[in-house]
Amino acid sequence: MKSSETVLKCHKIIGGCGEGEALVSHEPICFYLTDPKTGVVREKGHELAGENLAGKVLVFPSGKASSVVQIDGLFKLASHNVAPKAMIVKDVETVLVVSAFMVKVPLVDRLERDPFEAIQTGDFVKVDAEKGTVTIKRQ
Amino acid sequence: MYLTKEEERILKGECGEGTQKAMELLVAIGDAYDAEKMIPISRAHAASSGQEGDLYFVELLANGGARCKVPTSTNPVYDIEYFDDLFDFIPKDEAEVARRVMEAYKRVGAILSWSCVPYLAENIPLYGETVAFSESSATPYVNSVIGARTNREAAQSALAAGVVGKTPKYGLHINENRKGTHLIKVEAALKDEFDYTLLGYYVGKQIGYGIPVFTGVTRQPSTEELINFCAMSNVSGAISMFYIPGFTIEAKTVKEAFQGDTPVDEITVTDRELKQACEELQTISGKIDFVMLGCPHYTLKQVEEVARLLDGKKIHDGVSFWVCTSATTKMLAERTGYVDIIERAGGHVVVDTCIDEPCWIAYKNKVGMTDSPKCAYYRRFKDVIVSRLQDCIEAAIKGKCE
Repeated sequence: MKSSETVLKCHKIIGGCGEGEALVSHEPICFYLTDPKTGVVREKGHELAGENLAGKVLVFPSGKASSVVQIDGLFKLASHNVAPKAMIVKDVETVLVVSAFMVKVPLVDRLERDPFEAIQTGDFVKVDAEKGTVTIKRQ
Repeated sequence: MYLTKEEERILKGECGEGTQKAMELLVAIGDAYDAEKMIPISRAHAASSGQEGDLYFVELLANGGARCKVPTSTNPVYDIEYFDDLFDFIPKDEAEVARRVMEAYKRVGAILSWSCVPYLAENIPLYGETVAFSESSATPYVNSVIGARTNREAAQSALAAGVVGKTPKYGLHINENRKGTHLIKVEAALKDEFDYTLLGYYVGKQIGYGIPVFTGVTRQPSTEELINFCAMSNVSGAISMFYIPGFTIEAKTVKEAFQGDTPVDEITVTDRELKQACEELQTISGKIDFVMLGCPHYTLKQVEEVARLLDGKKIHDGVSFWVCTSATTKMLAERTGYVDIIERAGGHVVVDTCIDEPCWIAYKNKVGMTDSPKCAYYRRFKDVIVSRLQDCIEAAIKGKCE
């Protein structure tokens, strides 16, 4: 089987490097509605319901919900070591920046291609926020 | 983002590790929004919550020697001793988090208001001031009613701004971004505070994110009505600002509120929509175990109203009755005699806390009643009936909601 590798430019918000399997959500994510001990999405009706965020490179449009629950949600995942390894978003807002800052998870936006076209769940993705690159490997 | 030499020095850690961390967060936010530079703020409000994430950040700053540069007030946590005397089941680890949070905010030099409506007494912005206010009712109230300028801050970004004395220039600090987005035609009779609660709930849910501009409001809304509208619209949606031309300060006309542009959408609100919102909230009826008022914290006028309704009455034995307010308001309410009346009826007036705190764990499997949909939203209790204050008082006396 032939594998491909694509490198795309992105815009750094929170620095660092993170890599792992991509998990793509077309719906906004509220970290409070995940199991803090495992990273499994518990939000009823969410397209990722039942999926696990732990160790993934999360691709999603934006965050949602009140600042307190969103920040505490991601913080709890990180304290149980089940936070995503990196996050690629389309629309960033203050609360998401604060959330990622608190747990030191690389956060990038403005991928040079639409992230929902460029990345599929299951791709191996490396986010290097410092260099401003996202590397996508597909089997 | 352009940084001055002084800002660069803070970022390099020359002014201490705590202030450096605060600056790092502000720079990340500035980068996210492509802010051109930082601008000074004159005050901040950190929506402290007594949760673990809150603790991590305030201790990071306090342990690094940071001190607030501008007045920075704090949101409710809870008084551990007060609740320890009443209930004996607050988990020790939760209480320890709360204790450390309160201590760290003191070390960082914040105003220990523990109030979610600091803009009424403890930390009041003026028209045109640049500030950083987190907390759901505070952000829209400060932008719209007072006409100061703040973004929809998180507790941490507001605290960081308070420590550095600056915020990145983005979002609602820029004139064009204060433009109205949705036209809301009110055809409902907005009679009281609860109608404004329902209006906020409905409008927030309908538009999600945006700046609504209202027409059809026929009289000056009261402080309490505006607080309720702000709190609910920023919980069911993310409304950081709104206009009621003629009554709010920043735009005199609808045209001015939209900065000459056309609305992206128009919504009409009639009595039917408000009734529908009300029905969505009143899920059950029957026996209740507690009544929880003061979300957001009750003003003196609201505490007075509770006292008036309870004067000479007796709350049912099976019902615990709570009014949450700020320490400032309770002091005045005590002095004025309202607290006495409420306590004689069997109720409590409690300060420094909020319905979304672990101190209420005793009611986890109980059914409560409140006048605040926000109280129901947090889901700390088995069930919560949301209704007008008069209905809550009536149910408290009878022991059930009919």
